[in-house]
Amino acid sequence: MVGVTEETALLRWIPLLPLLTAAVHGVMLGVLRRSLPREGVIALSCGSVILSFVLSLVAFFRLLGLPEGGALVDDLYTWIGAGHFAAEMGLRVDALSAVMILVVTGVGSLIHVYSIGYMDEDHREDRGFQRFFCYLNLFTFSMLMLVLGENLVVLFLGWEGVGLCSYLLIGFWYADRFNAYCGAKAFIVNRVGDFGFLLGIFLLFRALLEAGTPTLSFAGMEAAFGAIAEQTVQLPAWIPGPSEWRLPTLIGLCLFIGACGKSAQIPLYVWLPDAMAGPTPVSALIHAATMVTAGVYMVCRMDFLYAAAPGASATVAWIGGATALFAATIAIAQTDIKKVLAYSTVSQLGYMFLAAGSGAYTAAMFHLGTHAFFKALLFLGSGSVILACHHEQDIRKMGGLKERIPRTERLFWIGVLAISGIPPLAGFFSKDQILAAAFASHLPGHLVLYGMGLFTAALTAFYMGRLHYLTFHGECRLDPAQRDHVHERGPTIRVALYVLAFFSATAGLFGFPEALGVPLGVEHPHSLWNFLAPVLSEERHHLDHATEYGMMAAAVGIAVGGLLLARALYREPSDLPARIAERAGALYRLIRDKYYVDEIYDAVIVRPLVFVSDRVLYRQVDAGLIDGLGVNGTARAVRLAAAHVLRHAHSGLAQGYLFFLVVGTLVILGYLVG
Amino acid sequence: MGAIEDRLLSVITFLPLGTAVALLLPNLLGRRLPEAAWRSLGLASTLVTLLLALVLFGRFDPTAGGYQFVEHASWLPDYGIHYFVGVDGISLLLVVMTAFLMPLALAASWTDITRSVRSYVFFMLALETGMLGAFVSLNLFPFYVFWEAMLIPMYFIIGIWGGDRRVYAAIKFFLYTMVGSLLMLVAMLVIYFLYFEHFGHLNLDLVGGYGPHATGLLDVPIPVGGEGSGVPWWRTQLWLFAAFALAFGIKVPVFPFHTWLPDAHVQAPTPGSVILAGVLLKMGTYGFVRFALPLFPVAATEAVPLVFALALVGIVYGSLVAMVQSDVKKLVAYSSVAHLGFVMLGLFAFNAEGLEGSVLQMINHGLSTGALFLLVGMIYERRHTREIAEFGGIARVMPVYAALFGIVTMSSIGLPMLNGFVGEFLILLGTFLASPRAAVIAATGVILGAAYMLWMFRRVFFGPLENQANRGLLDLNLREKAVLVAIVVPIVWIGVYPETFLRPLRDPVAVVLERVELARREAPPGRPGGVLHPVQAPVGVERLPGGAR
Repeated sequence: MVGVTEETALLRWIPLLPLLTAAVHGVMLGVLRRSLPREGVIALSCGSVILSFVLSLVAFFRLLGLPEGGALVDDLYTWIGAGHFAAEMGLRVDALSAVMILVVTGVGSLIHVYSIGYMDEDHREDRGFQRFFCYLNLFTFSMLMLVLGENLVVLFLGWEGVGLCSYLLIGFWYADRFNAYCGAKAFIVNRVGDFGFLLGIFLLFRALLEAGTPTLSFAGMEAAFGAIAEQTVQLPAWIPGPSEWRLPTLIGLCLFIGACGKSAQIPLYVWLPDAMAGPTPVSALIHAATMVTAGVYMVCRMDFLYAAAPGASATVAWIGGATALFAATIAIAQTDIKKVLAYSTVSQLGYMFLAAGSGAYTAAMFHLGTHAFFKALLFLGSGSVILACHHEQDIRKMGGLKERIPRTERLFWIGVLAISGIPPLAGFFSKDQILAAAFASHLPGHLVLYGMGLFTAALTAFYMGRLHYLTFHGECRLDPAQRDHVHERGPTIRVALYVLAFFSATAGLFGFPEALGVPLGVEHPHSLWNFLAPVLSEERHHLDHATEYGMMAAAVGIAVGGLLLARALYREPSDLPARIAERAGALYRLIRDKYYVDEIYDAVIVRPLVFVSDRVLYRQVDAGLIDGLGVNGTARAVRLAAAHVLRHAHSGLAQGYLFFLVVGTLVILGYLVG
Repeated sequence: MGAIEDRLLSVITFLPLGTAVALLLPNLLGRRLPEAAWRSLGLASTLVTLLLALVLFGRFDPTAGGYQFVEHASWLPDYGIHYFVGVDGISLLLVVMTAFLMPLALAASWTDITRSVRSYVFFMLALETGMLGAFVSLNLFPFYVFWEAMLIPMYFIIGIWGGDRRVYAAIKFFLYTMVGSLLMLVAMLVIYFLYFEHFGHLNLDLVGGYGPHATGLLDVPIPVGGEGSGVPWWRTQLWLFAAFALAFGIKVPVFPFHTWLPDAHVQAPTPGSVILAGVLLKMGTYGFVRFALPLFPVAATEAVPLVFALALVGIVYGSLVAMVQSDVKKLVAYSSVAHLGFVMLGLFAFNAEGLEGSVLQMINHGLSTGALFLLVGMIYERRHTREIAEFGGIARVMPVYAALFGIVTMSSIGLPMLNGFVGEFLILLGTFLASPRAAVIAATGVILGAAYMLWMFRRVFFGPLENQANRGLLDLNLREKAVLVAIVVPIVWIGVYPETFLRPLRDPVAVVLERVELARREAPPGRPGGVLHPVQAPVGVERLPGGAR
């Protein structure tokens, strides 16, 4: 699996450029308290990311020039080394990371450009134009480290770095208490995931060390993994479940906990909807296109592990499928334009894990790519809507925007069709391959998973249709005063939307399915598969073409059905939706209030923990037991004794003890010397 | 320069105290130097000390092994009391960190401390000599003298320039530490006599070969059991270890001996807290790695379950209690309990990963927590309160302060590319190799650490600027910025290129581990040679460099 590698110092510049500009901004703002003029910020920040994109393209083409399965590497130095452990500060571009860096820097560049226009409209008290671009550059650096890292520790560096930037950007408008709360929540929930991730790393390292190959580099681990693939681990008896585990399964599960945090899967998805508190370009870049896909990337990166761990893979698939369905149901009843998109993102990420868990890593990566395009398009489109409506985000108050911002409407509609899976747009191809993979996999209950995926597709089409019709069609429900000011925004905003719309429409061609390609006379039409296959340990599932056609028809039919239902309910103003909601009663409230998961976590975890820490540990144990009884009690006992024995020496505590110190020292000295 | 070079360690150690005494000399003539002179000359002497410490660091050969810059002079040779100083990689790093923190602490208190400035500078300088002396001493007698001597200036710094409950805090600090120290003294005397029994002369040098004797205390075979004592339950090594461990454990502080720390930290003036957290706590962990582990390796391995348990309680308990503090300084104080719990884990993991991570984490904690106390001091100087609820939204008026506070916060919660991550990661890894179960519990500290620090950061810096008293807050001035930037530089350095600081640790850590390994193997049959089942490196696995690839 490990092919030719070529050393090149090119790679380091890909992450380094955005880091340098972030550092410039950081030092200026954080130490010198000066700000650059707007043009300077744009030139530095957008320039560095676009340059990174160009370098990524160069790297991509150089990679194409290498034999299959090759990689570009750039080792800088040994970062952390102690005992048998050593982590290189090393970068590596193989097919998988090449796809990622292109998505990250490509979509990243577009969103940087879009942000110029978006942040120009930010008229808050503390205008943070430069601060925003500082964080955005820092994010780009971290994300690039995540996907370029040649070992798990560098990946973790990026993993934590993107978490920090997410925290900073969610709480970007920090004067609002809620934004700051959401940022901290995102960070802490992610840390819960990191807890599992770290344990997975340790478990892996320990096993590899015992096998005589202590390494965490991906290439090294893959080569050495065979030696530990069949090992088992004994867990202590008090942990529920079986006591003997297969080692790869346990490692896979631990690492997946990390993925659940970063990629917002059950049970750690709760931070992502709240992350919408950040500026909309951030939602597009970090919370849709790139950072949240890090978990999917990690699972694909560790494919050799998951391929050897059917138990872990099944868990990944089931959690993914369940999250896809669960989040889609919530999205149906949300009224905030960004919240709908957020739950939709959670749901789409679930699809990716469903694919990865089914062993279809290419399909997962394919959906990751297409989703990056159409979800970024949808978010940026929603950003245009929000700007047009003066930071109104409630779709119940919108409507009829089609006439006022027709261009945005058309572009948004492309995004809606793409995510709904209408051919020939990108989402159709990638979703179809995920469903096919679930159908054909050997996982326990794979047909149920397929059914869940299909039903989610219907829900997706429905809630996206609902979102679109409520926002753009029907009567305008905005304030009359606001209504007249609704208009399209400037060129920087438009360019990004056009490019993203183009790729949302056409990116499917990179993953053209055999079943359609062969009749058209094209052998091996799936270019992403051709590109990735040499680096992924993926078995291709073979379905006969008739089955595939049937599944495609089902998927398209159900998507069209979902859209049509939304059209019937929401295109024209009607009281039907309200009547249905009333009929559904408790069920409707349950999904509208997101199954009360936040409230449950608060009541079951947060509150008890704070209560115990404050009332029991701090007030009882610390102040009462140790200090009260232990320390002061001893002091009192000593004082009582002293009062009896040395009544005269007890003249004020401090002096007294100093006296004893001096006397004691003299006695000891005398003893030693004499 | 030649003379200075030969006596570099002595010069570094005694320069601060020497300056302090010199500054007193005019008093003999009845003329006191002005306070400004005390302040600036005091700062200058700590800066020169730092410079010399950096020279020391530059000249230190990390590949040479053993002690370097050794000075050995007979003092009371009949009793084995010598002036014996030297550094290995471990003490080297601690010396440099101490010398680094001292000028920062003095500079940070430039306008804060206005009462009895002369005595304050005197005590700070005396304190520095005490701390440096304890780190470089290789003879138990001067070590003990320095160890005790540094208590007195710290006692006065807390007791005179501290907060409202300073006297209570100072006495509590003093008594806690004294109790431990006295037991340690007794244990030292026992070793002293054991050495005499074995070699027929008196010697308090830790290692032999540098002075008149070829042997040192480390060469005494300290009986594991109670052979010959006639007391059935007597276990010499275990009891001696216990005495040392208590003294060091109180300093660290290990749960449940930690309650002096929140009081002392909160009541101490800013520079006091910085030095207390930055350096004095490290006396405890340094004591373990320099004395307790090498002297009593068998007992130390036997104590692992207990130490692990206490360290884990410290991590979880310290974090949880930190989470519910309403005073920023107290929060930082409790966070120290948690962080030092990590250090203890790494020390007793008995592998290179854990031990190197642990020593590095001592430095990291000194920098991060030192910086946090400096930051808290800066806001206290402005607002005369540290109640979290009094603040909110001050990032708006103090952006530079917020940015630097943010970086230090991230360093404290172990964000990669900053120092805390390297130490924490190595400690957790080392702990996992020794005992996965312990590592699982310790890793929860990663979550809790983020929780309490971010909770505090959010409430202080974010949200609306509602409290009128915060509206006019001035951002950091040049002096404050310089102090903080100076401390952020090593924070980033260690995070990006820790090798500079890990390299000198490799040899001394290997020496400690070898001793422990040897003792464990030679432990008499029937006695558990440690309760751990650490991962044994298989044949063919090289040590660094060239480990992973």
